[in-house]
Amino acid sequence: MAASIAIHLEFGGGAELLFNGVKKHHVTLPSQSEPWDMKQLLVWIQRNLLKERPELFVQGDSVRPGILVLINDADWELMVSTGKLCLLSECVCVCVCVCV
Amino acid sequence: MAALLLFVSVSKKCVKCKEAPAALVIRAGDAYCRLCFKDFFIHKFKAVLGKNRIIFPGEKVLLAVSGGPSSCSMLRQVQEGLSQKANKKLRFVPGVAFIDEGAAIGQSVEERQRTVAELQAVFQATGFPFYILPLEQVLDLPASVVATNPSPSEQPASAYKAAVHHFVETDGSNFPRPQEPKKTLLPRVQESHTLMLQQLLGSVKTLTAREELLNTLRQHLLVHTARTEGYSKLMLGDSCTRLAVKLLTSISLGRGAQLAQDTGFSDSRYGDIILVRPMRDYSAKEVAYYNHLFTVPYVVIPSVDTKTVDKASIQRLTESFVTKLQTDFPSTVSTIYRLQLHTCFMHISALNISCVLQVSSDSLAVKPSTFFEASTADSSLWVLIAELSVLHLYYRLPETTRLKSLLCYSCALTVRDMVSDDVFDPFMHEL
Repeated sequence: MAASIAIHLEFGGGAELLFNGVKKHHVTLPSQSEPWDMKQLLVWIQRNLLKERPELFVQGDSVRPGILVLINDADWELMVSTGKLCLLSECVCVCVCVCV
Repeated sequence: MAALLLFVSVSKKCVKCKEAPAALVIRAGDAYCRLCFKDFFIHKFKAVLGKNRIIFPGEKVLLAVSGGPSSCSMLRQVQEGLSQKANKKLRFVPGVAFIDEGAAIGQSVEERQRTVAELQAVFQATGFPFYILPLEQVLDLPASVVATNPSPSEQPASAYKAAVHHFVETDGSNFPRPQEPKKTLLPRVQESHTLMLQQLLGSVKTLTAREELLNTLRQHLLVHTARTEGYSKLMLGDSCTRLAVKLLTSISLGRGAQLAQDTGFSDSRYGDIILVRPMRDYSAKEVAYYNHLFTVPYVVIPSVDTKTVDKASIQRLTESFVTKLQTDFPSTVSTIYRLQLHTCFMHISALNISCVLQVSSDSLAVKPSTFFEASTADSSLWVLIAELSVLHLYYRLPETTRLKSLLCYSCALTVRDMVSDDVFDPFMHEL
């Protein structure tokens, strides 16, 4: 049983418009049996933080094309291919809207 | 327990230094570490200016900053490039222009002032002179804004090297010093002007035409400001991604003939003002990552197509298409970018593109002044267009066939969206 973890979320580049303009969020993810991964985090964000237009942020299991996701300043795209990504406490997840 | 490391380590190494773990993937699979990415980013900016040799030492260059990530990144690159400690210092004299388009998106006066104040703080921190231009000012522009003015003097290629040599010898003392930023008061906008602008934009039925119209208004205001404030170059912050979208959109909008200049590195159609796009080699992702890492300040201002659905306009649809394709095929944007290079070699100037709303690339084109011969010659171009949208001016226009010679195909489509069909249809048959 994994403990609940606290993470920092940051939205930028226009993505914050979907979160009432609030850029920084410090959230605590509830404890669950398996470690948290990005897919679950996105579902959690959609349920608990996203204020409007979910289709502009999430698409399927991932973010909508045009949104850059950085975890501790590293591109999420670099990690996806290396297997299941586990989030640990105090990590910083930044979602920046990149599309023009 | 402060577990700062991820459970899964990033196994890919930087393709450049091959030592540090990679932090970002750009282009088609190139993974860079943070430091190599920073060097790559900064170097690219100086390289593109140095390679093209279009900005002469001591020249006054106006930076068009929209507040968005790309143009603010460009502002930071200019700031860093000009700083004393820079390796291979940039040598021009910058100014910053920001267009307040709050009226176009229906922002209240307070909201507009707040945005402007935020950006003003950013500009003041750079120390460059800056101009806050409410979009309403475009209604006061004379028709001559679309004229091609003669360029000051033809500069042969060898003149660049000589100019640099001279600058270095004299230590830059003969060239204009960077001006002290003026204490610019936020310009007051008359409510009547705001209403007229909103009426102009509101009369356009489709979002596609409205976006095109906004682009045209923006460009006119920037060129006019550059001319009146004595700048000879205008730097635009369009990234590679945005230009790829613009290229495809231009083809859909019937602007294929102008696309080489609309999306190329330089655009010399205005003659005395040359438009330069130094960010055109940077993808939007590279810009976003750099801005995040080095906390480049930018202000996100919603535009007319923010939060709209994919099919709201041709521009929006193209952007969605390119962005989605880029996710699965990372060389999409660079492939489109290479298309632009090919079009440069086509002799597009052979086509007579003459248009009252766009600067003409043909010296024999109809001059905008003739448009006003039969009507009030003192009115500004945009006031006339605004009045066009409420129809009464039409009855003062000369024969219907004149309209065909006054607008290019793309602008005719934009204007068609502004007036009711029963008045415009006879003209459309001519086109």
